[in-house]
Amino acid sequence: MNSEQKKRQENIFKYLFLAPAIVVIFAVVVYPFIYNIILSLSNMSMTHFRDWKLIGFGQYLKVFSEKGFYIILGKTLIWTLVNVFFHVVIGVFLAVLLNRHLPGKGIIRTLMIIPWAMPQYITALTWRGMFNYEYGAINLILSKWLHMPMIQWLKDPLYAFAACILTNIWLGFPFMMVIAYGGLQAIPKELYEAAEVDGASGWQQFWKITVPHLKPVLTPAIVLGVIWTFNNLNVVWLVSNGGEPSDKTHILVSFVYKAAFNLYRYGYAAALSMIIFLILLVFGIGFLKRTKATESIY
Amino acid sequence: MVRKDSKFKLTLIYSFLTVFTLGTLYPVIRVISISLRPGNRLLSTSLALIPDGATFESYRRLFTDSDFLRWMLNSIIVSGTVTITGVILASTAGYIFSRYRFIGKKAGLTALLTTQMFPATMLLLPMYVMIARLGLINNYLGLIIIYSATALPFCVWQMKGYYDTIPKSLHEAAIIDGCTHFQAFYKVIMPLATPALVITALFSFMASWSEYIVAAAVLQSQNMFTLPLGLKQFQSNMSTEWGLYAAGSVIVSIPVVVLFIILSKWLVSGLTLGSVKE
Repeated sequence: MNSEQKKRQENIFKYLFLAPAIVVIFAVVVYPFIYNIILSLSNMSMTHFRDWKLIGFGQYLKVFSEKGFYIILGKTLIWTLVNVFFHVVIGVFLAVLLNRHLPGKGIIRTLMIIPWAMPQYITALTWRGMFNYEYGAINLILSKWLHMPMIQWLKDPLYAFAACILTNIWLGFPFMMVIAYGGLQAIPKELYEAAEVDGASGWQQFWKITVPHLKPVLTPAIVLGVIWTFNNLNVVWLVSNGGEPSDKTHILVSFVYKAAFNLYRYGYAAALSMIIFLILLVFGIGFLKRTKATESIY
Repeated sequence: MVRKDSKFKLTLIYSFLTVFTLGTLYPVIRVISISLRPGNRLLSTSLALIPDGATFESYRRLFTDSDFLRWMLNSIIVSGTVTITGVILASTAGYIFSRYRFIGKKAGLTALLTTQMFPATMLLLPMYVMIARLGLINNYLGLIIIYSATALPFCVWQMKGYYDTIPKSLHEAAIIDGCTHFQAFYKVIMPLATPALVITALFSFMASWSEYIVAAAVLQSQNMFTLPLGLKQFQSNMSTEWGLYAAGSVIVSIPVVVLFIILSKWLVSGLTLGSVKE
């Protein structure tokens, strides 16, 4: 085989393999993205499904002119911050506890991964059952064991939102725990020994050694956590049964989902999707710029 | 790291971890307990872990008196097809992204990463409209297309990351030994990439096996339901089908939880790939 033939063979191979890559990128990114932009500039809805037309930035203006948008944006930010905060605090705390000579810690660690491993929709539906006023485990525990008044978890907007947050904290902390545990194991123990000799307290060691070493490991995990939580449709939708009571428990994504698939306001939903994406993009780019985390793996 | 702790401190840590673990597992234990309740005590205010008159009646009814098996079949068809599509596309696309330089490579990889920031509706809505136009609503194919599109970015990155660890020289050596490029890929590279292929396959499978939101938008008739839609239907009818929901959840979750625990190390190493390079 001469070198020209070889070259040609390699090119055929390359292009044949490149084809699926291109198909994937187009199907997964380019097409939905562009079509979503077009939809967001249109008046498509259930009544205008086939005879839709472009109407410019009307849908965006509608989003920004509604008071509801800002309220839901505020709720989404609270939802994200509270959840990620507790995920990280509980996760790091458990990781620190587990990171020592502790017979049987493998079992404990495995058991604690279960909330993460469970299918999210089952977690959400199960917690919804547990928040039931009369028969739910939470109220039964409150009244029988703690002798506290029962709470209308799913009927009161504030409690319903709290119920969603509790559910999501439960399913989210194991991820941070696993990441933090991996990070802790990479810290050289000589650092702690040296600190010990110098008379540093456990608390000082935690802030001066553990935290700075965990930062590079936890930062990307937190960024992912923020994006996932911000976009977490399952929990809010299933625990509050689509925003109940009276659409007061929505975060942005669940609100968009409702606009698109229950109210059939496609143009409006597409515009709101774009806005959510831009919020996260600005956040994500800000992070990538600062850390250059992905640069070296291209 | 091995720190020496006092007996007192260890006892404290153990008791805390035990209480915390039990608290964490409580919802899981609760579902199992409900699945064992006899039909006339489904709605009970008891907190007992093993209910009075515990029985496997709910499990039996699940298989004989409900559409559970049909839903499982639907789920298997959908998830199975998504898995095969995911593995074929991700293993080839990932290889190209790992081995060759071409225009738009970096842009393509970044684009795939960017999809992680798409709100679910941003993929779902355009695809839903497309599927509606093609008449694929309430059809396996419609669901399969959307699931594959959602799972692929992660799968491609996962495969690319793994191929990066296989020396390029192996492919070249196979060529020198007389293989064609395809043979080199199949016979040399693929066997080496088996762990990554397994991860990709299982990830695609589990992602579609446990998906509710998209299915709720695409599927309409009850005999097309996948397991998540079916279980949700049981759950909304709390008084009569609560036991079926619990039994179904237990059956559906066990394989996923077991697989996930086995795989968790891999998934995490993929997710934090960027973190080591500061």
